Amino acid sequence: MQTNRVVRVAALLLVLAACTSKAPIKIGVYGPFTGGSAGMGVSMRNGVTLAVEEINAAGGIDGKKLELVARDDEAKNEKGAQVMQELLSKERVVAVLGPINTGVADASTRYAEEAKVPVLINASAGAKVNELFEQFPDNYIFRIAAHDLLQTELIVREAVDNRKLTKVALLCDDTNYGQNGRAKMEKALEKRSMKPVYLGKFKIKDTDMTAQLQEAKAAGAEALLVYGIGPELAAIANSQNRLGWSVPMIGAWTLSMAAFINNAGKNGDGATMPQTFIESAASTPKQKAFLAAYYQRFNEKPIAVGVAAAQGYDSMYLLKEAIEQAKGTEGPKLKAALEDLGKTYEGVTGSYTRPFSKTDHEAVKDAQMGVVKDGVVRTQAAAAAAAAAAPPAAPAPAAPAAPAAPAAPAAPAR
Amino acid sequence: MQTLQLLLSGLAQGLIYALLAFGYNVTFATSRTFNFALGTYLTFGGVVGVVLYMNHGVPFPLVLLAVLLCGALGGFILEKVAIQPSLKTRSSYNWILATLAVGIVLRNAIEVFWSTDDFKLRSPIGDDPLRFDGVGIFPQEILIILSTVAIVVAVEVFKQKTIFGKAVQAVSEDRDTASLMGINQGYVIRVSFMLSSAMACFAGLLVGPVTLVSATMGTVLGVKAYAVSIIGGLESSYGVLVGGALLGLSESLTARYISTGYRDIPGFILLILVLLLRPSGLFGRATVQKF
Repeated sequence: MQTNRVVRVAALLLVLAACTSKAPIKIGVYGPFTGGSAGMGVSMRNGVTLAVEEINAAGGIDGKKLELVARDDEAKNEKGAQVMQELLSKERVVAVLGPINTGVADASTRYAEEAKVPVLINASAGAKVNELFEQFPDNYIFRIAAHDLLQTELIVREAVDNRKLTKVALLCDDTNYGQNGRAKMEKALEKRSMKPVYLGKFKIKDTDMTAQLQEAKAAGAEALLVYGIGPELAAIANSQNRLGWSVPMIGAWTLSMAAFINNAGKNGDGATMPQTFIESAASTPKQKAFLAAYYQRFNEKPIAVGVAAAQGYDSMYLLKEAIEQAKGTEGPKLKAALEDLGKTYEGVTGSYTRPFSKTDHEAVKDAQMGVVKDGVVRTQAAAAAAAAAAPPAAPAPAAPAAPAAPAAPAAPAR
Repeated sequence: MQTLQLLLSGLAQGLIYALLAFGYNVTFATSRTFNFALGTYLTFGGVVGVVLYMNHGVPFPLVLLAVLLCGALGGFILEKVAIQPSLKTRSSYNWILATLAVGIVLRNAIEVFWSTDDFKLRSPIGDDPLRFDGVGIFPQEILIILSTVAIVVAVEVFKQKTIFGKAVQAVSEDRDTASLMGINQGYVIRVSFMLSSAMACFAGLLVGPVTLVSATMGTVLGVKAYAVSIIGGLESSYGVLVGGALLGLSESLTARYISTGYRDIPGFILLILVLLLRPSGLFGRATVQKF
């Protein structure tokens, strides 16, 4: 009889446990996991996945486990809109992370606004965020990534203010992303009462940039300011090599993509770009721990697109803070918590204290500049040091390496 | 000097189109059908090249052999599953969708089982441009120009001079009569598909070092090559060389002297003009379709 009672009590406890164990918190993540920009999408998803697994291993949020619902938007705008609606109305996620592509973001964020579900954009630099306040005073879109306005300003600052170049050519791809970047770089130049000497365009998958470069060269350009993604940026570097014309290339953070670095090889040396995270310069314990965990979990070193992975990881943790502070997962509560995050989050891409406010949904206010040197993105100081140490080995480096960076513009830790 | 540079890179680009376009012509000659998956076969060739040559360090001649074999095998399978059923049911255009479908399946398989990223394929003859008085040309581009011309000429000579080649021409002329004369038309058609796919895979290996290798590298090339086929004439081998060169040159010259945004326009205007004025292509002979 004794054993029988034990069994009954155990069964009762089990039933109780089942009742109290809470339903998981569903979080959506979308991005291109196949196709041309999949490198960025997969790294971002991996970063988010890593954060979710860590949080779950530590007991979840408030005893509830997180469940990640990942959907591939194939970098297609219409697919992005579809995926977003699926996440919102079928999966009923409490928040959405992603995407990579500007067009996809702009085509899909509207549904989240209407459903009052926060979206933390963790890679797309061009997507509308603060611009949305006009249409949606109750804006549910946030971003943790260096946005275009910041990036273009940093690019132009590097070329004009730091390197004192006066003749720059703009070379941008013909997507929403590239053309937004072009417009903003032009504005940044205008602020300094300058105009680009040449405006060039190229298409995704173009591999020969000879024509554009010839024209830029004929116009007397001293630097190429570029806005595009990895493979085509590599094509620019390779075509420069063909023409034997080495002017510095400064551009969007996408110059740090493996697709650029591997495919441009030595031609990519000296390319300079704004970075929220530089893998080779990981210094804080948080950054080191993140990298170690990432390498081990995904067996990938270096990370295909380190910036996307780091931002993905941080976006998940910011969301966690917001859920904890809101003590709930309803959209309006989460939004209010995000806009007033009390706890400082020491992240991989920086330290975030009240990253968002009621009127500003951009978490990243500044970034450092990274330089490609020998196939690795380094800080400007590290690249200059490497260049200074190198001469005996390589007597005449054809590419004019970053001219002694005047004490790296932004301090590594924001 | 500048213009010479543009002419050279335009020509190299154009002859890539031509090689792929020739693949369309080869199967059109025997079966009046195309392999619309040809662009994906090009991708496949490039991917096999990257995996063997870059990842496993296989010597280049073996890589070449493997790529050609993969292409031939791919062509064999495609003919079996997409073309044969359609040819049996006469007057049907199932093959258009069937070959497209094979292409989609293959491309997605590449994305799933290989990668969605872009990879560099090292050129077996060096990646640094040769410079002649300010004009830079990649050794690989010279190789592209030479091998495309060589392949087209070789296939043409083969068609004119050998007995098998004559069989191909006979099938192309009239399938049923050729069949009655004892030519195994099924065999001729199958070989033409294997040949065209092998050429496409070879083209992938050839362009990989100049472009990059990715799961989507063949998509645009496949479309442009089809335009070249139409411009040059589906019946004409040498026509694709001229058509390819025209398209390549028009692209690079337009990009430089008009606007980079308009580089594709002249080629497609030419396509429309050819379709309007000479539907059989610049070098095609007019045919009367009999039913």
